[in-house]
Amino acid sequence: MSNRTAPRPEASLDWAYLDWNATAPLRPQAAAAMTGALDICGNPSSVHRRGRAARQLVERSRAAVAALVGAPAESIVFVSGGTEANHLALLGAGQERVLVSAVEHDSVLRAVPEAEPIPVDRDGFVRLEALADRLAADPRPTLVSVMLANNETGVMQPVSEVATLAHAHGAVFHCDAVQAAGKIPLDIAAVGADLLTLSAHKLGGPPGVGALVLSGAVDLAPLQRGGGQERGRRAGTENAPGIAGFAAAAEAAATEIDRYRRVGQLRDGLEAAILALAPDAVIVGAAAARLPNTSAIAMPGTLAETQVMAFDLDGVMVSAGAACSSGKVGPSHVLAAMQLPPDIAAATIRVSLGWSSTEADVDRFVQSWAALYRRRRGLALEACAA
Amino acid sequence: MSSSVDKSANPNTPPIYLDNQATTRVDPRVLEAMLPYFIEHFGNPHSTSHAYGHVAATAVEEARAEVAALIGADAREIVFTSGATEANNLAIKGAAHFARAHPQADRVRDHVVTLTTEHKCVLESCAQLEREGFAVTYVPVEPDGLVALDRLEAALTPRTLLVSVLAAHNEIGVIQPLAGVGALCRGRGVLLHTDAAQAAGKIPLDVEAMHIDLMSISGHKLYGPKGVGVLYVRRRPRVRLLPLIDGGGQERGLRSGTLPTPLCVGLGRAAAIAADEMAEEASRLRGLRDRLHTGLARRVPGLSLNGDAERRLPGNLNLSFPGIEAPSLIEACPSIAISTGSACTSAKVEPSYVLRALGLPDAVANSAIRIGLGRFNTAAEVDFAVDALAAAAARLGSNAGCAGASATPHDL
Repeated sequence: MSNRTAPRPEASLDWAYLDWNATAPLRPQAAAAMTGALDICGNPSSVHRRGRAARQLVERSRAAVAALVGAPAESIVFVSGGTEANHLALLGAGQERVLVSAVEHDSVLRAVPEAEPIPVDRDGFVRLEALADRLAADPRPTLVSVMLANNETGVMQPVSEVATLAHAHGAVFHCDAVQAAGKIPLDIAAVGADLLTLSAHKLGGPPGVGALVLSGAVDLAPLQRGGGQERGRRAGTENAPGIAGFAAAAEAAATEIDRYRRVGQLRDGLEAAILALAPDAVIVGAAAARLPNTSAIAMPGTLAETQVMAFDLDGVMVSAGAACSSGKVGPSHVLAAMQLPPDIAAATIRVSLGWSSTEADVDRFVQSWAALYRRRRGLALEACAA
Repeated sequence: MSSSVDKSANPNTPPIYLDNQATTRVDPRVLEAMLPYFIEHFGNPHSTSHAYGHVAATAVEEARAEVAALIGADAREIVFTSGATEANNLAIKGAAHFARAHPQADRVRDHVVTLTTEHKCVLESCAQLEREGFAVTYVPVEPDGLVALDRLEAALTPRTLLVSVLAAHNEIGVIQPLAGVGALCRGRGVLLHTDAAQAAGKIPLDVEAMHIDLMSISGHKLYGPKGVGVLYVRRRPRVRLLPLIDGGGQERGLRSGTLPTPLCVGLGRAAAIAADEMAEEASRLRGLRDRLHTGLARRVPGLSLNGDAERRLPGNLNLSFPGIEAPSLIEACPSIAISTGSACTSAKVEPSYVLRALGLPDAVANSAIRIGLGRFNTAAEVDFAVDALAAAAARLGSNAGCAGASATPHDL
């Protein structure tokens, strides 16, 4: 598989970047679109020709981003990223009660701290019967927020069943599709979401831009007030170059979605190699439907932080969990919700691949992992002997 | 990513850009600084486990220091946001929500003071607070657009939490007496927020000398990128806010979400350039502005300047052409990009609430255009604009139909 069109970061020619769920390299199509957009220099709300050119660019981009999820252009509200989109959905939809899965991203969990968590099973799937009980127990207007795919484990939720349940109880359904978009085919009608969150930089667009997709007749109160941009749903001068980059990345992601079949094979090969090396290794969520690119792997007895530091020295970039909280100590709420034993959770790292990942990247990771595993095992045996 | 306006013989040459209060072209030096962080150094700055993250985080911190230096602040006082609109929302609602959530035993603080001519995002944030039960006083400005300090002082009460005053106005360019406002506020333990989206990088600002507690800055108004801004939040004495956007806990918990490294780097570079070149650029722009103003005044009878003539942004003019509807004038001059006022509201037909607040009759307000000169404008462009506007005004004034359309910027 060639990397002719995919950006291989210069500084990393001999590094293996396997942290795509934290952020993805900019797609060349996005870079080109942004270059063009920067030449326009206009405020999309200005009525002169420069402004109108910027406006056209934003509107064309709106249609392209909408197409990624099979939605009409007018359903897109451009925002500054996934975190803002999740806040806008949960706070702007104006529902009295919010139900969230226990494995949601922090930007959902913290948007409404009093939201009621719905537990997940050991595979990481939201418990539908628990959701049904909660929905039935309280007649107040409710919003249900369940992510499409988890950022730490890649586990994909049964979102269309969640949607059916939510709608049967008159609830609004929000789906955070930040990690899924661009990695699997996505259709908002099939998901059944009334509100769907997208982030550009996770699918090869620039950081600093995202979208909330509205389906149907959800009334949305703005979080950020001011000029009447985005039909009054989100004030602030549109980030036109960023939006153009987002659209180009969305188009490229849709066109090249098949690349993720190969990514899935690479990931499966990686996991098979780890399990062959180390029968005690744990692949979290292995029994669940998962994104093709994500693997949460536990090396029992070795803290995740120790692992990522050792791999970093070998030029292999992975993470101990979500990037936004990777500077924090404390166990992952996702792994805890899946009732993973705390010692296994503390030994779990996230490996995430992308469209330009290569077999060489995977080999590099497996070698580094194996070396650390053998070192740690040697130490453990010495300790036993002593 | 190349080229400024190319005035060669291409009939599709973009109009001369004289709307630098709406947005500014990204400075090529800013773009050059940003590019590596889009491409090779694309890491998530919050990924602490590997080199990609470290490289990005280091760049973000350098940018933070550059922005801080522009306004005499400490890097730890700089919170990156998605723009000035978000920064204004965060400052005003964040301060009010914190005060409500953490009431002081001896003093209720539920009152906000602002000006009638503030940017929409400040007024809308205040209106939201009113719906939540806060009290807001909107102090009128004088006919020159400036706030009278005694009027502002009279609006302050023991319950006043925050005063929000624009540093420099987006439509009429007037520069408010921030140091005076700051002294009033500091003496009473009232927080001062200023929307400096138009002022930062254009005029000297010093958060210490001016007693500013919160300041909003926008990237795209100072030749930086769109989609990024800053809220300065004073540490000593510490200003407390509740975040509007929570989640991963970035930006010391005040603003969650992955930081857009290239945009932060761009804003930092833009701030550094502005700090270096401010004095020289301001004097050049003042010269161009006066050339434009006097050139037009000579040829357009009854032309009037809205807003104080002296205390205003170096590149800004807001001019009323008697008897001519501003939209017609703009339409008659497609070869220059100007506006009737604030871009976010310029698509609407109603007269500017800002010009009305100056006490201008509707006829004068309706005939006002805003011209914003910037870093990349030349004397030749100014002369071209004078010709285009004067010719158009003459024809529209005598009802002689569409003017200016024949002139194109290629002739320069």
